[in-house]
Amino acid sequence: MARLEHGLECAPVMKRNRFFPLVAALALLLTACPRKNEVGTATAPNTGDILIGEYGSLTGPQATFGQSTHNGIMMAIDAVNAAGGIHGRKIKVLTEDDQSKQEEAANAVTKLISQNNVLAILGEVGSSNSLAAAPICQANKVPMVTPSSTNPKVTTIGDYIFRICFTDNDVGSNMARYVVEQMHVKRAAILTDVKTDYSTGLTATIEKTFTSLGGQIVGRASYSNGDSDFRSQLTAIKQTKPEVIFLPGYYTDVGQIAIQARDLGMTQPFVGGDGWESPKLVEIGGKALEGSIYANHYFYADPTPVVRNFVQSYRDRYGAVPDGMAALAFDAARVLADALKRAKALDGPSVRDAIAQTRDFPGVTGSITIGPDRNAVGKKMVIEEIKNGQLTLKGVIEPRGAAVQAAATR
Amino acid sequence: MKQLPWWIRDAISAAIFVSALIGLSYGLEAIPIQGIAYYNRIIVLMGINITLAVSLNIINGHAGQFSLGHAGFMAIGAYFAAFLTVDYFSPWVNRIPEGPAQWLAQNGLLLLAVLSGGTLAAIAGFIVGQPSLRLRGDYLAIVTLGFGEIIRVVILNIDTVGAARGFIGIPAWSNFFWVYFFCGLTIALSWRLVNSSVGRAFLSVREDEIAAEAMGVDTTKYKVEAFVIGSFLAGVAGGLFAHYTPAYLNPTMFTFIRSFEIMAMVVLGGLGSISGAVVAAIILTFLPEGLRAAKDMLHMSKDPRMVIYSVMLVVLMLTRPQGLFGRREIWQLLRRKKS
Amino acid sequence: MQEFLQNLLNGVAVGAIYALIALGYTMVYGILKLINFAHGDIFMLGSFTGFYAGGWAAAHLNGRAGTWMSWLVAGAVMLLAMTVCGLFGYLNERIAYRPLRHAPRIASLITAIGVSFFLEYGGQFVFGPDPKFFPTLVKKHLIRVDGIVTTNYQVLVLIVAVIFMAILQFIIYGTKFGRAMRAVSFNFETASLMGVPTDRIISMTFIIGSVLAAVAGILYGLSYPKIDPLMGILPGLKAFIAAVLGGIGNVPGAVVGGLVIGIIESFVGASQFSSFRDAIAFVILIVILLFRPSGLFGKYEPEKV
Repeated sequence: MARLEHGLECAPVMKRNRFFPLVAALALLLTACPRKNEVGTATAPNTGDILIGEYGSLTGPQATFGQSTHNGIMMAIDAVNAAGGIHGRKIKVLTEDDQSKQEEAANAVTKLISQNNVLAILGEVGSSNSLAAAPICQANKVPMVTPSSTNPKVTTIGDYIFRICFTDNDVGSNMARYVVEQMHVKRAAILTDVKTDYSTGLTATIEKTFTSLGGQIVGRASYSNGDSDFRSQLTAIKQTKPEVIFLPGYYTDVGQIAIQARDLGMTQPFVGGDGWESPKLVEIGGKALEGSIYANHYFYADPTPVVRNFVQSYRDRYGAVPDGMAALAFDAARVLADALKRAKALDGPSVRDAIAQTRDFPGVTGSITIGPDRNAVGKKMVIEEIKNGQLTLKGVIEPRGAAVQAAATR
Repeated sequence: MKQLPWWIRDAISAAIFVSALIGLSYGLEAIPIQGIAYYNRIIVLMGINITLAVSLNIINGHAGQFSLGHAGFMAIGAYFAAFLTVDYFSPWVNRIPEGPAQWLAQNGLLLLAVLSGGTLAAIAGFIVGQPSLRLRGDYLAIVTLGFGEIIRVVILNIDTVGAARGFIGIPAWSNFFWVYFFCGLTIALSWRLVNSSVGRAFLSVREDEIAAEAMGVDTTKYKVEAFVIGSFLAGVAGGLFAHYTPAYLNPTMFTFIRSFEIMAMVVLGGLGSISGAVVAAIILTFLPEGLRAAKDMLHMSKDPRMVIYSVMLVVLMLTRPQGLFGRREIWQLLRRKKS
Repeated sequence: MQEFLQNLLNGVAVGAIYALIALGYTMVYGILKLINFAHGDIFMLGSFTGFYAGGWAAAHLNGRAGTWMSWLVAGAVMLLAMTVCGLFGYLNERIAYRPLRHAPRIASLITAIGVSFFLEYGGQFVFGPDPKFFPTLVKKHLIRVDGIVTTNYQVLVLIVAVIFMAILQFIIYGTKFGRAMRAVSFNFETASLMGVPTDRIISMTFIIGSVLAAVAGILYGLSYPKIDPLMGILPGLKAFIAAVLGGIGNVPGAVVGGLVIGIIESFVGASQFSSFRDAIAFVILIVILLFRPSGLFGKYEPEKV
């Protein structure tokens, strides 16, 4: 042991060197083991339950989205199992909570694939969480179906990633078109949430379509998701005197923004996207949102049998009216189950092919056909208006883009 | 027997270390347990956390400068390295046909990207280190926190690296070997540093800055140097993190909470103890996973991790503020027990 | 001009809330040289107390309340919030800070951060992480003056804030207790030698600071009804920066600092840089600490060896 004059000890070099060769030898022995195939393919065993993974934000700030999605999935899978399952075998859903964090989403999905050996994965709502998990699913050849991630980039990760909702591009262009053609608006302002990809992407699409149709964006302002004071931005917008204000953000902020706008004496209606969809929207925004409209995946009071049965069953089971997330999750789970039935074999590649061949599946959110880019082709979009504190149907935009004015239904 | 010159001893240690790593990186994947990919993932993330904790320990523990903005440096390293690979290196590598040439290019360019990320982070550390000249304790903490937040908000507004959407398309070139290579390097560097004259200067600044200044130690220079070294290593860790599956970056990964988690590791291990930082990083990487299992077993609907962290920190400060190992290293403590 | 005045008014209303919180920071720092990171979360507790108490009151009154009654209820809710927060502030000091009074500053700093996180994430655990909606304690009316539109809430915030600041000013400069507080902030040891009960003074300082934070919490809940357990982080940080701006340890400075930060934020938010609004406060902090660390009203104190 070397002991220097000033009393400080130095770690002896010889002692260190004795350690390492042993460790190295042991490690080199491990090299002799055959190298496991890093990229595995999911193969279900031949009997017993079929394992499906679900990852979502069950806790954390986006908990309501994750909870609705979970409810929708469980209801769908239980119905499938009750009707006989997949060729007599039941589907079992393994759920992992990602706490609305991207890293947790990656960890959750890795766990589901490597530890639980799931055949396919459902999730997520938030696009950034989907973007974090998708590469892992793709690398392991496990098909992933996202029910509600609307960012166009999600399905570009790879050919194992599917989506059954419309994308932000569709929402943006359809809403802008509706506002110009049906509401005859020429001047609009946009208030963007710069903290979320959803809002910034939607803003870009809205602006592009609106201006290409002859409209003029007279005011632009931005806020951060979670802010509480929007008066400065609204004051700036007020000066530009727009006819409507686009608000492509999440319901948590929309209500506040509307209230503060009315406090400032602004009377313009707001126009939003599917981020507004939540049972809490009207509760938060109240009277301030009267006359405002937003695009959604389905309308809960739609009288068609598919929707009516879904809403009734959901109400019976969970005691609440299902929101868009629940409806999309319900459809996604059923599309996956349908693909499992059609698949030639219960392994990753075959299930993937079966999902890709989904045609005209009758969903609660409309007819679902998976296109060549793995997105749902031509999904119907409903336009809801807040009238007398209730959500009413103002219009439906069919795949071809022509908006149809539906009579207001309650 | 005369001892071999220091650089030969170092080269031998390095060679042994590298071969051990190569062996482990193959061996760990071959273990036939169900879920091995998941455990490997945790182990690699742990390596990144160890690097971060040891690098913060240089600033907070050795030099005594309380920095709360470490996540910002990690973010700079991560984003810059990813930017280089996505925009320049990856296209080059993809043009080379598969084979040893491509493997060499890929790893070489990963090294270059990660080191560049570290360098940019070091520059940021230099800029952040400047105000540290005049500020003490609490103020420095807030200012570094502020810098961390500013860095994050700036990245949030740069569209080329994905802004709020996040940075996708980063090639997943990082793996167990590189992460633990740099981890080992960081530990070795930190140990060598603290036992050198530079390290001694750090310690003197930590103990009593005015006395050190009076003894002729250029406290300014050494404080900034601590920031630069610490942030370089954090940037390297960030670069490695960026290239590890799923190779996705988002500004929300680099908030103050991340800085707090790294700080918790350093404080738990003992401010100034390298092995303490390592052990604490290991514990605190496994804790969330353990909690996840506990949550499932106890059917809790909410995640108690942050509550446990904060209570642990307060209790630690009230009962054992020096952390697990205080300022000593684990082998010094063990040796003391023997005698 | 109208836009300018509107932004100014908005800024002052927000700034008043920051000022109330900043007072707590500045008083504690003046006495203990400690940044009470958990102060912003006491503010959050005030809002949540108001939420639960106000919600309970609203449920029981069931809309039958007239204007006088609702003001009475609002006042009672505020008093309750003040009591709860005062209690938490006292406990915080006793349990977490007093044992560390003679320990190195880093330990207190880490403890303060720990308590802050505990309140935030514990709050998420207990209250749930989803945002809650503060009950409408007092009915909202729009007030229009010459093209500027405001609500009675903003006016209320200003009036209440001024009242409490005046009370604080009186306490510090017009009572024996206030003199003791000032003595302790000048020199801790000498004050205790002079017979000032320092422990009690420190506890009272925390309590007063927390009471002000509670008031801020209620006012904030009225103005911005969306509350959640993490709401105290950003306002807390901004209020701290306001205290530094005004000269930490200086009571009027904290008020001025709060108003300045509120106004600057308002104008930045209305401009094209609105996406950097949160970062602005930090930029101000860095600029202040680089060029005038003692703040607008503070004195430069050289460190004695």
